[in-house]
Amino acid sequence: MALQDLCKYGYAFSGHFGQVSTSAQISSDLFSTHSGDLSTPSLPSVSSQPVPLPFPLSHGTTTLAFIFQGGVLAAADTRSSCSGLVACPAAQKILPIHSHLVGTTSGTSADCALWKRILARELRLYQLRHGRRLSTRGAAKLLSHMLHPFKGTELCVAATLCGWDGEDAKSQESGFGPCLFYVCSDGTRLQGTLFSVGSGSPYAYSILDQGVEWGLTVEEATAIGREAVYRATHRDAYSGNCVDVYHGLFSRRSLRRCLSLQPRS
Amino acid sequence: MEYLIGIQGPDFVLVAADNVAASSIIQMKHDYDKMFKLSEKILLLCVGEAGDTVQFAEYIQKNVQLYKMRNGYELSPSAAANFTRKNLADYLRSRTPYHVNLLLAGYDDADGPGLFYMDHLSSLAKAPFAAHGYGAYLTLSILDRYYKPGTNTTVLQILLTLRFILNLPSFSVRVIDKNGIQELQKVTVGAAK
Repeated sequence: MALQDLCKYGYAFSGHFGQVSTSAQISSDLFSTHSGDLSTPSLPSVSSQPVPLPFPLSHGTTTLAFIFQGGVLAAADTRSSCSGLVACPAAQKILPIHSHLVGTTSGTSADCALWKRILARELRLYQLRHGRRLSTRGAAKLLSHMLHPFKGTELCVAATLCGWDGEDAKSQESGFGPCLFYVCSDGTRLQGTLFSVGSGSPYAYSILDQGVEWGLTVEEATAIGREAVYRATHRDAYSGNCVDVYHGLFSRRSLRRCLSLQPRS
Repeated sequence: MEYLIGIQGPDFVLVAADNVAASSIIQMKHDYDKMFKLSEKILLLCVGEAGDTVQFAEYIQKNVQLYKMRNGYELSPSAAANFTRKNLADYLRSRTPYHVNLLLAGYDDADGPGLFYMDHLSSLAKAPFAAHGYGAYLTLSILDRYYKPGTNTTVLQILLTLRFILNLPSFSVRVIDKNGIQELQKVTVGAAK
């Protein structure tokens, strides 16, 4: 953490992650230790024998995100399931990462929460060190490279990073406007205009493919996002309860949570 | 379900790859580019396991560019292919092998065009034509029957267009010759609307 660097705590055994300053260095360090034994206090380490799970994990969720002329819209259900029972009916699956970036989470809730926090920390450190925000593309690459050593383990994180780039002059070269990336712990990293992730994603895709286009208004986009999650929760047992909708616009974010019992047409 | 093909002509190499990025039953992207530009006249086409492809291909790409920065001249296609194969082989018997199948296509000013086939067991072969994926089973015999070393671009493009099969809706096509890499028009199969 920044305070850790300031106090020079843990430098004796922290290895490369205490001094890292660029995402390129992170990735090169990760490549030099491809088997991924990151034995530092800052990051979780890969154990050679996986710890047996106390119960079978199932990855039930419906999340979606798409970009349109009014910015980026992310929607998700709020059911957190745990092998057949609802662990929490009001989980938050869309987490803000920094002022212009939100991420939807799917997969193992604990892994997602942890890695989102780690990503938020690394992005904030980057901003403090370099004086500019990392673009959505850079954040996606950073997350993908951080997850790479854990490929083949039980870690399961499938996130879409939705952000708005380039409002300040320094980051003009990274493009301007809304940007959407899908990052998965198996290594996939894709840029796109529409993604849906989770067990309910096929149901959501069919609704979204019908109605999503660039020229939607904010109200239409919110409605279609909500409708897609609602239809997915209707069919998918592991998705349900409420629908969170995030709309990301230039320097503003708004969250609206609404019931998914009846869709507004 | 991914597909790569490369055909070497007298003074060019023609390569094509499908554009689908899939995750189990869902097509996540239909305009995904599987070709990585290693240098002005070398392309690496990479398919295989989800994260391994991009990680490995970008690693090779950055190292080839680093070589140019350090030494002032670019790696030849043959040298780049051998470097790639060596990296694949080094990781093959580690705990984390890369499961990727590759085609490396390039134009060397001294040796002319070259197409190199590599697979996930890090075998390397320089070949006049090569393909990866289920489509390879169908296209290699056609190429065996009709390929002649002196064929020109037009005939080969027609060959590609006629014979593309499967459910892959579109393919990116690029040509490498002495002028560098040119992108040709995407080939779309008529059945997919």
